[in-house]
Amino acid sequence: MKLETAIREREGAAFVPYIMAGDGGMDRLIPTIVELERMGATAIELGIPFSDPVADGPIIEAAGMRALEAGVTLEMVLNHLIEGNDQFNVPIVLMTYLNPVFRFGVQPFFDRANECGVSGVIIPDLPFEESLQLFADIDRHDVAVIPLVTLTSSEERTASILEKAEGFVYAVTLKGTTGKADVFPDELLAYLTRLTEQSRVPVLAGFGVHRPEQVQTLGQACDGVVVGSFIVEALHEGRTDDVETLIQSAKHIHA
Amino acid sequence: MYAQPVNGKFGQYGGKYIPETLMQAVEELEVAYEEAKQDPEFQERFSSLLSEYVGRETPLYYASNLSRRLGTNVYLKREDLNHTGAHKINNTIGQALLAKRMGKQKVVAETGAGQHGVATATVCALLDLECTIFMGEVDVERQALNVFRMELLGAKVVPVKSGSRTLKDAVNEALRYWVKHVDDTHYVMGSVLGPHPFPQMVRDFQSVIGTETRRQILEQTGRLPDAVVACVGGGSNAMGMFYPFLNDESVALYGVEAAGSGIDTDKHAATLTKGEVGVLHGSLMYVLQDAAGQIEEAHSISAGLDYPGVGPEHSFLKDIERVRYAAVTDDAALDACLALSRQEGIIPALESSHALAYAETLAKTMGEDETLVICLSGRGDKDVHTIREKVATR
Repeated sequence: MKLETAIREREGAAFVPYIMAGDGGMDRLIPTIVELERMGATAIELGIPFSDPVADGPIIEAAGMRALEAGVTLEMVLNHLIEGNDQFNVPIVLMTYLNPVFRFGVQPFFDRANECGVSGVIIPDLPFEESLQLFADIDRHDVAVIPLVTLTSSEERTASILEKAEGFVYAVTLKGTTGKADVFPDELLAYLTRLTEQSRVPVLAGFGVHRPEQVQTLGQACDGVVVGSFIVEALHEGRTDDVETLIQSAKHIHA
Repeated sequence: MYAQPVNGKFGQYGGKYIPETLMQAVEELEVAYEEAKQDPEFQERFSSLLSEYVGRETPLYYASNLSRRLGTNVYLKREDLNHTGAHKINNTIGQALLAKRMGKQKVVAETGAGQHGVATATVCALLDLECTIFMGEVDVERQALNVFRMELLGAKVVPVKSGSRTLKDAVNEALRYWVKHVDDTHYVMGSVLGPHPFPQMVRDFQSVIGTETRRQILEQTGRLPDAVVACVGGGSNAMGMFYPFLNDESVALYGVEAAGSGIDTDKHAATLTKGEVGVLHGSLMYVLQDAAGQIEEAHSISAGLDYPGVGPEHSFLKDIERVRYAAVTDDAALDACLALSRQEGIIPALESSHALAYAETLAKTMGEDETLVICLSGRGDKDVHTIREKVATR
């Protein structure tokens, strides 16, 4: 509930930055979360590196490879969160491909994520139907399973997904992978508006977002945005001012 | 009776673990494939291309010299005689016809050594489809001639520079490309892998191998074989060979993986022997992975077996013990390759050589009245460089 409340009670549009856990060293994880909270992040999406990230474009894939080379694992990230979670209050959402969770054990994963105060989890290679089966006998505690919907999801599928959605709905803005897009599909704004009307939980738009004017336009059509590749690249290159400018661009939107 | 998969799952294996953007396309494919299966016109077109274009049926050849040496009756299913030199084309013809039927004018595929890429490019030339092939940069260098063959056939070959720059990364990149071009593009999966319905569909297109073999052996010997052996990478030739025999309980089935430098080293591709259950490229199956769930690289002398996963149906057949799986080292496969070349005048692909090597071990347990069928999935012309190099350095 902490996550949904944070999104509902934001100023302007919600802004959720994505960071790759362990990129630049595990010791930077907690300070980066604290810094993003100070800059005005509504929640933080924390990526777990995976060897075969098919939903991601080159920037996030490269960040994941750097983290893997440094030996980062899901367990290590959870341990850091539990040690550092008295230093921040911003909700944390884990973004992980299914295999690391599967290997960790699905029930142990939710137990541990809950202990660490994690608010939600996004698993990009676990579509709705498979999640129903996989989680049928699992106690997920208060960890929301955040679904993705896309422009190619049929109305029927979208309705079933919205019905079970928790935390927020992640609306994918384009047919493609994560990255920095210059153009979004024509039908996107109408699509986001329609989703936001239909959904019980907030709707955040993500994939490709990297400019203040995109944040503004999308932030008016739904509850806010998720920004990944731009943030990952800017943090990697030490451009923290650019991160703050983009986060701040979400604050002065009147939906 | 062998149970058919339910909701695209073989026991717990299989499924559709893919990004949401692809769900619509995969469901569309499932419907289109079910319709095509029932459509006599589609089946007729498929069989006539297999016979007139590919050159089927392929012979089931009694290898008399090999039989004499091994002390049992050995038959070779000659998939090496297919157009393009391996079984791969059985599947690409089926899928390209399906792409046409769904109104998709473009296809994308991954390739490791280039065999599936060549088979896809070939069929695209025939059926006038636009063809994009993703291939790891390392493989592009190792298999320059196959890259040229694909280009000669009109395909666009894209080198993949991410990850380990081999087959697994080519699949990642092909999946990403498919996400972007899903409206007008069909993904021609090269093996019994990927999200449902691919594992089942590829098996069905390849099961012409086992169906012919079963009929031919009955015609030639009047009875079913005692054992059938096939190599397993992703597992498409083996699945195609085994499937029509699954309900013949007297027929022992053996799948042979690549043990590379040895299954106790870190350089092998013995997924069923050494892997753990996990999720990769859309499917729950055995995969080579580390303790944190990161996928590991596979290694084999044969590029076609060099994949860290294995088809979900094989994973299931292992668990129910209908098929026994073993692994054979690079060295043993190479020896078997040399032996068949000299004793039968057939240069086998290094993939198929793994099945031949295991057959030597198996034959020791068999009597001279018994019968052993080996799937000779491809010819070794593509491997002569590797063979020459390996022979020279040992």
